[in-house]
Amino acid sequence: MSTATTATTKWWNGGKSPFNVEYGKLMMWYFLMSDAFTFGAFLISYGTIRFSTNGWPDPNEVFQSFPGLGSGHPLMFVSLMTFILIISSVTMVQAVKAGHEMKKNKVVINLIWTIIGGAAFLGCQAWEWNHLHAEGAWWGHNPFLNADGTQSSTNFTNYFFTITGFHGFHVFSGLVINIVMLIMTLNNTFEKRGHYLMIEKAGLYWHFVDLVWVFVFTCFYLI
Amino acid sequence: MEQSEVVHIEHHQNKNEVRNVTIVLSVLTIIELVLGFMMMKMEHGGTGRMATKITILVLMLAKAYYIVGYFMHLKHELRNLIMTIVVPLALFVWFITAFLYDGNSFRNLRNNYDPHFKEQSTIKATPKEHKSEEGHGEEKKHTME
Repeated sequence: MSTATTATTKWWNGGKSPFNVEYGKLMMWYFLMSDAFTFGAFLISYGTIRFSTNGWPDPNEVFQSFPGLGSGHPLMFVSLMTFILIISSVTMVQAVKAGHEMKKNKVVINLIWTIIGGAAFLGCQAWEWNHLHAEGAWWGHNPFLNADGTQSSTNFTNYFFTITGFHGFHVFSGLVINIVMLIMTLNNTFEKRGHYLMIEKAGLYWHFVDLVWVFVFTCFYLI
Repeated sequence: MEQSEVVHIEHHQNKNEVRNVTIVLSVLTIIELVLGFMMMKMEHGGTGRMATKITILVLMLAKAYYIVGYFMHLKHELRNLIMTIVVPLALFVWFITAFLYDGNSFRNLRNNYDPHFKEQSTIKATPKEHKSEEGHGEEKKHTME
């Protein structure tokens, strides 16, 4: 394992980084790995509780509202949120790519699109939380019945609000990071530095947020 | 200590890679949603529903692979880096298996030995209108709206 060689380069012979990435990016990867364990712990805990309970609310009965259309539209709103996040991830990839090519204007435009996407996602989440709260759902309050019509516990809402809240907090931090990146780009900070590697690290974080949503979306809304 | 410059490796990156991955992710999401809609008509606790859920989970892992591999660029990094990230995450296999097995076992134990628990999960409840009955601080909460 440790003698891994790529073509003729001996990465472990010293004198160069065996991972061939700069420090900040490697640390971002390690941070994301630890963050993955945090989210994993949350989701596994949710799964364990769900497995240890006889009934569970049907997500299609709980999440079925769409702004302006009222209720009766299961999966629609969350699909919109999912696509918003995927698209904002794509624009982030474009921003990183433009950074490699040292095209400042392209970086700025794509970062702005990413920020708009992130803000739109947060807006959707705020709407959904507000709507559920108005229906009487909150930490410690669960107005929804199990799918089989029996009384459900508050585990359902507790896990939902905790995990989507934690994810929403990540989206929010990603949004702040992206705004900082935008300001730094506009101030020519990266231009003067000669590289846009900082955007890459912000991009890694942003994609991770998208990645976590893939799991949260599946675990809470689909299955 | 500044000798370790990052070596630039040419990875024949497909020009359309980003576009292709976007399409793959969208298609996978759409398939997931179609399965989700199909699942609404299936009965609860049936095998069809279980099979659909498992399919959705597999598609979820495929999406995760594409995001991490291509958007986060991990596939184009050195094998060393890939291993240092992916190998620790393999712990999840055990975490998920052990915890879900434990949860399932706990439910079986309670269903067998806790008559109250078993009984609670058979009584049909009447849907409440926009309010939950278990009191704690309910009044305070609702004045906020």
